[in-house]
Amino acid sequence: MSTLGFPLFPEQASTMAPRVDQLYFFLLGVSVFFATLILILIIAFAVKYRRRSDDEQPRPISGNLGLEILWTVVPLSLTLVMFVWGARLFFITFYPPTDALEINVVAKQWMWKVQHAEGRSEIDELHIPTGRPIKLIMTSQDVIHDFFVPAFRVKNDVLPGRYTTLWFEATKPGAYRLFCSQYCGTQHSGMIGHIIALEPAEFQSWLSGGATVVSMATAGENLFQKLGCVSCHAQNDTGRGPSLAGLLGKTVHLQSGASVTADEDYIRESILNPQAKIVAGYPPIMPIFKGLISEDGIMQIIAYLKSLKREEGAQVKK
Amino acid sequence: MSDSSIVHAHQFDDAEQQHEASWLGMWVFLATEVMFFGGMFLGYTIYRSTYPEAFADASNHLDIWLGTINTAVLIGSSFTMALAVRSAQLGARKPLVRFLILTLVLGALFLGIKFTEYYAKIEEHLVPGSNFSYAGPLGRAAQIFFSFYFAMTGMHALHMIIGLALLTALIVKAGRGRFSSVYNTPVELVGLYWHFVDIVWIFLFPLLYLVGRHLQ
Amino acid sequence: MNGPVEERRQHYLNVNYGLKSWLLTVDHKRIAWLYLVGVTFFFFVGGLFATLIRLELLTPQGDLVQAETYNKLFTMHGVTMIFFFLIPSIPAVLGNFLIPLMIGARDLAFPRLNLASWYIYILGGLFTLAAAAAGGVDTGWTFYTPYSSIYSNTHVALTVIGIFITGFSSILTGLNFIVTIHTMRAPGMTWFRLPLFVWAHYATSIIFILGTPVIAITLALVALERLFGLGIFNPELGGDPLLFQHLFWFYSHPAVYIMILPGMGVISELITCFSRKRVFGYDFIAFSSLAIAVLGFLVWGHHMFVSGQSVYASMIFSLLSMLVAIPSAVKVFNWTATLYKGSISFDAPMLYALGFIGLFTIGGLTGLFLATLGVDIHVHDTYFVIAHFHYIMVGSAVMAYLGGIHFWWPKMTGRKYPEPLARLAAVIIFLGFNLTFFPQFVLGYLGMPRRYHVYPPEFQVLNVMSTAGASILAVGYVLPLAYLIWSLRYGVVAGMNPWKAKGLEWETTSPPPTDNFEVMPTVVHEAYAYGAAESQAVYPAGKPANV
Repeated sequence: MSTLGFPLFPEQASTMAPRVDQLYFFLLGVSVFFATLILILIIAFAVKYRRRSDDEQPRPISGNLGLEILWTVVPLSLTLVMFVWGARLFFITFYPPTDALEINVVAKQWMWKVQHAEGRSEIDELHIPTGRPIKLIMTSQDVIHDFFVPAFRVKNDVLPGRYTTLWFEATKPGAYRLFCSQYCGTQHSGMIGHIIALEPAEFQSWLSGGATVVSMATAGENLFQKLGCVSCHAQNDTGRGPSLAGLLGKTVHLQSGASVTADEDYIRESILNPQAKIVAGYPPIMPIFKGLISEDGIMQIIAYLKSLKREEGAQVKK
Repeated sequence: MSDSSIVHAHQFDDAEQQHEASWLGMWVFLATEVMFFGGMFLGYTIYRSTYPEAFADASNHLDIWLGTINTAVLIGSSFTMALAVRSAQLGARKPLVRFLILTLVLGALFLGIKFTEYYAKIEEHLVPGSNFSYAGPLGRAAQIFFSFYFAMTGMHALHMIIGLALLTALIVKAGRGRFSSVYNTPVELVGLYWHFVDIVWIFLFPLLYLVGRHLQ
Repeated sequence: MNGPVEERRQHYLNVNYGLKSWLLTVDHKRIAWLYLVGVTFFFFVGGLFATLIRLELLTPQGDLVQAETYNKLFTMHGVTMIFFFLIPSIPAVLGNFLIPLMIGARDLAFPRLNLASWYIYILGGLFTLAAAAAGGVDTGWTFYTPYSSIYSNTHVALTVIGIFITGFSSILTGLNFIVTIHTMRAPGMTWFRLPLFVWAHYATSIIFILGTPVIAITLALVALERLFGLGIFNPELGGDPLLFQHLFWFYSHPAVYIMILPGMGVISELITCFSRKRVFGYDFIAFSSLAIAVLGFLVWGHHMFVSGQSVYASMIFSLLSMLVAIPSAVKVFNWTATLYKGSISFDAPMLYALGFIGLFTIGGLTGLFLATLGVDIHVHDTYFVIAHFHYIMVGSAVMAYLGGIHFWWPKMTGRKYPEPLARLAAVIIFLGFNLTFFPQFVLGYLGMPRRYHVYPPEFQVLNVMSTAGASILAVGYVLPLAYLIWSLRYGVVAGMNPWKAKGLEWETTSPPPTDNFEVMPTVVHEAYAYGAAESQAVYPAGKPANV
């Protein structure tokens, strides 16, 4: 809150916030400088050169190459500084740290469904520990949404049919507004919530509090059994399908000759549309699970697969 | 270089200026058409590189014989159109009318074959929408192929129909002796338009009909 | 009052009367009036939507209209203002009227095509109004899929068909301008003797030609998807919603240059006349217009930094966006330098022009914030963006349009408007505008998202300020509507060149005859030859004719 009783500037609650604000103030400074310069020049010229008699005829001045070069090169240099600085910040926000705590988010009209790895789920709220990088893996069940936390200076679109990520590290405990910021239909402005940042110890107790829940990985394992995945994808590579242990991050060779890195999008696609990418050496007999599993379920299975360690000698061959 | 005896529209200084303006106008218009079709070509390219097998599979459902015949028909019509333009430039009224009519007939033949193909696709349930049905796991991406097939050939057919209307107008005017070796700009410009529509088909044919085909 | 001599002289307005003579005219000057009526109507329709939006936003709760209605209001505000006011405004009204005059031609190259383009504009407008009357559309003017193609249950197809149709109006106008400027310049009117207004419209026409067809096919595909379930943008069927965004912004970014380049052309004319001085850096301003048109096609991805676009694509788009800012900066400096050692008078058109330079500077600088990747993440899709583009669209483009209307009003009508009232209106607009939109920069950085029907209470004070400004702005816009119409009958009769300006349009009568010049000109001087007593052209028999 400013002294006026309403805020004029958002609070800084993440590690990125001060860095973004720094760049913002640089841009602001440059802008104020040039806007003021033009304003002063216009006013000064308007006053000094105002028409005093009706038959005044100024001397024609057609231009000055030196000035043209000056006011091309100076703005260009300044904008290049802005570009480089902004690109470096962008790069950092784009790639989450490898040790980030992963939390899954499913957006739908018009709410945020959050699932912690340990099992707790939330609606329109996200509890997180301070002092630790948090990575959100997000998808939408319907239209494009956007996960925006002003106090952290982060946002990213949340897409149907794909996963997108964003990461942040909260620096102080508090409740911070969460907004959907990609227009998504009637209740777009109602799709808001809070990020609740807690000290690590408090967060742990919050996590283990509440009703007894199974972790995402366990829920995923249950689904893996229930939907029959286990009948083909045995852990020791003896089944009709490849073993999925240690799959995330591995390079997979496909029947078409191409290779892909198995990420969350690859797993999701393989479940919903298995014929899109057939692993080399395996028959195309995996059933289609579209309509039989929800986005939450897919995220649970992914969590389960991440928990599997690769068995000795269980390599995907051929 | 201006012939003041040639009638020209009042906003122009002379016939030469009118001709230059008309010619530039048609080329600018064709540039807009390139951008218009270009959007669809871009979309097609992106999805083909994403779903190469589905696109090849779907492409094989198209009738390659009808497509080839149509390509020959359209190239033939461009030839007759070029001959029509030449006749106009030579001031040869009867050949001009004949070649325009030939072009019209070939264009109509193209459309007739095209609509035969469309009808077959309707029967085979290959029109995207609620009636679409495609055996096998590639069906999802195949529907995207057919979306582009109908959108692109449909847009092309629409341009052909407009071309036929233009040709009809030309035939009427040429029959009345409106064109001569001194004034034949409309024939020239419709010729440009017709050749453009032909070129679009020359790109469409291999992209849609010849995906993953091999000479057996 | 009118003297008998005035009445006897025939000009384009009194050469014939009656509705048919207007609706079937091929005179570019009358067609400009047809467009003027059209764009004015749509401006106030869009303004009505804006009024309702700002009234709703006085309070944090949604107490004026329901959520769905609000969503339709901001969508229809955007669609109406962009496609039916801003894009046609300066080119179809002032460009149509002035380009043949400025280059010394009798009319545009294709007068009947010009009339056709007005009818196409009106037809498209009717479709869109029909969609509004039938219940409206709620997708935002950006029509992002899959919301627009599958989920929305409003009149998307009808609206996009209306925009599709109106697009052809733009294409034909651009085609007409390009051909006219290339082939119909008067003898002696070389490219570098052209007024910068003509250069600006030439650059704009390039964008009309190359960009508009892409939005046409994009919206056509959305309509096909809605009506026939095609699935090109539907992720359920393997389609890519991001493909829509790329196709959409490929046009819609250059579209914003369509909306500002003509205004920049107007400003070059106003600054020179009211400083009574040749423009500083003519070549640089001319080439900047072309550079903006070309570079403008290469930056569309800066609307998609957080969309899921690759990080490398985003970096390239950010860099190119910085580059496209430079020619605009060059223009601002050149206009300011034109004032130096000028002889400056503060008639209403000049007030609009000076306001333009200041507001465009702010609007352009805030664009840099959005082009800067690290900051855009925070301000994307917030009120910061809204403030930025309204500084350009309203603070700059609309003010340039009004400045141009006032400047050329004597030429178009043979009458002057009431000067003191016009100056008052210009000041009211300037103040009202800033109060409306400056607080929105603050709101944006605070994090208030766009397109929000309800908002958290801590944002209220700034929203109230903004609405207060909007009410002042509304007064400022109604004033010219009133006194310009009044002046048609009661305004002081204007002579051939009331501003003592340079340019071929000022070397013929006010209003001009149907064929623009009694005697066609041969150009012998540079543009903006203030300081030279002679006119820019000579006429057979060696005198400036047309008296």
